[in-house]
Amino acid sequence: MTLYDKLWASHMVDELPDGSTLLYIDRQLLHEVTSAQAFATLAHTGRTVRRAASQLAVEDHNVPTTGLEVTDPLAQEQLAALRSNTSRFGITEFAMGDRRQGIVHVVGPEQGFTLPGITIVCGDSHTSTHGAFAALAFGIGTSEVAQCLATQCLVVRKSQNMRLVLGGVPHPAVSAKDVILWIIGRMGTAAGTGAAVEYAGPYVERLSMEGRMTMCNMAIEMGARVGLCAVDDSTIAYLENRPMGPRGRLWEQAVALWRTLHSDAEAHFDREAHWDVSALAPQVTWGTSPEQVIAIDERIPDPAAQQDSKRREAMQRALDYMGLNPGQAMTDVAVDQVFIGSCTNGRLEDLRQAAAMVAGKRVAPTVRRALVVPGSGEVRLRAEQEGLDRLFRDAGFEWRLPGCSMCLGMNEDRLAAQERCAATSNRNFEGRQGAGGRTHLVSPAMAAAAAIAGRFVDVRHWP
Amino acid sequence: MESFICHEGVVLPLDRVNVDTDAIIPKQYLQSTARTGYGPFLFDSWRYLDPGHLGMDVGQRRLNPDFIMNEPRYAGASILLSRNNFGCGSSREHAVWALLDAGFRAVIAPSFGDIFYNNCFQNGLLPAMVAEADCEALFAWALCDAPASPRLLVDLRNTTIQRADGTGQPVGFAIEPFRREALLRGLDAIGETLAKAERIAAFEARHRQAMPWLFATETS
Ligand code: SF4
Repeated sequence: MTLYDKLWASHMVDELPDGSTLLYIDRQLLHEVTSAQAFATLAHTGRTVRRAASQLAVEDHNVPTTGLEVTDPLAQEQLAALRSNTSRFGITEFAMGDRRQGIVHVVGPEQGFTLPGITIVCGDSHTSTHGAFAALAFGIGTSEVAQCLATQCLVVRKSQNMRLVLGGVPHPAVSAKDVILWIIGRMGTAAGTGAAVEYAGPYVERLSMEGRMTMCNMAIEMGARVGLCAVDDSTIAYLENRPMGPRGRLWEQAVALWRTLHSDAEAHFDREAHWDVSALAPQVTWGTSPEQVIAIDERIPDPAAQQDSKRREAMQRALDYMGLNPGQAMTDVAVDQVFIGSCTNGRLEDLRQAAAMVAGKRVAPTVRRALVVPGSGEVRLRAEQEGLDRLFRDAGFEWRLPGCSMCLGMNEDRLAAQERCAATSNRNFEGRQGAGGRTHLVSPAMAAAAAIAGRFVDVRHWP
Repeated sequence: MESFICHEGVVLPLDRVNVDTDAIIPKQYLQSTARTGYGPFLFDSWRYLDPGHLGMDVGQRRLNPDFIMNEPRYAGASILLSRNNFGCGSSREHAVWALLDAGFRAVIAPSFGDIFYNNCFQNGLLPAMVAEADCEALFAWALCDAPASPRLLVDLRNTTIQRADGTGQPVGFAIEPFRREALLRGLDAIGETLAKAERIAAFEARHRQAMPWLFATETS
């Protein structure tokens, strides 16, 4: 059996005659943007929450990052709805100002709410992040959020098994973000459609939990709803003594079961690909889809060379939107803003990598704003204990409060039209960071270096 | 959930691949706590030339004459035709609500983003998956060869799409049997699941034995 098969089998409540499965959901994460209508559905139909202790709510998408006061009336209303819904049903909520508050996908693992062997869902596509802990984790829509609140179950269809086996040791300045962007560039945004993707091989085994989370986070960007990594010593070490995780005898018992959470040697995968990442260069997206990505030392591709007419048109439209030309060197492209944060790269390890680039340097005067938004209050505090905030501040970065911030620009942190941004987030869609804004996805080190240089640079040669 | 059996209407050919849910309904509209009212903001940044926000009077906005949705020929469209990977990206169910609110009942494409696809069925919007070649032919017809307002008939009973004027051959679309059944009958997913209360309770009892640490803070 594959890891995915095992997780599936251990949560099957019923097999329905049509081939779908009634799957038991152990845990659900809630946030303010996709839950209000779900609670309204419950109220509407006179239903209640089945297991309040299996739910955890955090405020993240809409919160300001400059202070604790919410001035936007619509954001206020959404946050108020989450607070009243959770208190009414006895659901734990981490509100703004609580050190445990932050982006759902950072908070879950950090608090030990996310654990190996569980099923965990959230009304957010990047729920795949939690698969780094060998949990079956996937994003759902609001109707399913309601279904999960009321029944603790979802009607789902099993996906195919897909495995990406990664080997090689890349340059130390090349991170998991570069690896996943490169893979999406090679395989396309639909490569994982209908599949659960397990990342395996020596590269993944050596990777930190933070790096694994980055890779699982972006599984959705290649069309897969689920990303997975097997349990190993790193997984267990990360989870020890987490506030919401098991303790004492239960911990021992849990670890014994978790150790079985890997694909068996003879397991069958419907799709499989092998990649060697040794020679990988830092990656930068040039277009409006994560698959439109090149190495920092490559030139922007020419649509004219593309055979497929649909792809050619899409490339041309992306270049027009991004204000770039074929043949341009990425290192000649100047940036207006820099965003370091998000559920992809807003963890302590990411901030350390970024801070290492900026120590003793200054943000280029041509960069209008450089933001560092820690993924959670916990990340923020620990970074401050290490003095990372000082390094960033002294270099001219703004050190913000935790939240999704400019990953999607629902709060005030946005790009103006035609502003260009080096961002550590996961989506470079048109308008994602602000109407007309131009997003280039990069690693934390690449974003930090771009802030200092005022343009994209190859961090393998950073002084 | 509303059922879907058969629908006839004007088809809007949106000739783009990878139409993501951010494009279908941009983030500034996700601040609403309602399920309705998103229709006027569907495809907002393509459809209008000026920026929009929740609660504004869209009648005052400048329409983008180059966006196909604004062509009189496709006015009142209720069937959307698009390309591969339609609805990729964010899980926002608002994308489905916006399509429904704008009067769409079906979306035809060769492939869909997984979560969007799922969300369609929760709301009675039909995502009809067609072969690439059939999609191409539908585009050619809806963009060029069709009469003033191209009308299609989408029938879930025999899973076919045909031109409402009866010309051409009908094309089939793929849909899993259980999805089809649920749409035809307009099932209430929560109600259906709650009817399995006994099985769920029995599973929970076994699961509590297997992974007691997940229930440590609850009393049985
Ligand atoms: S950080 Fe970005 S991608 Fe992650 S949950 Fe927030 S908005 Fe979504």
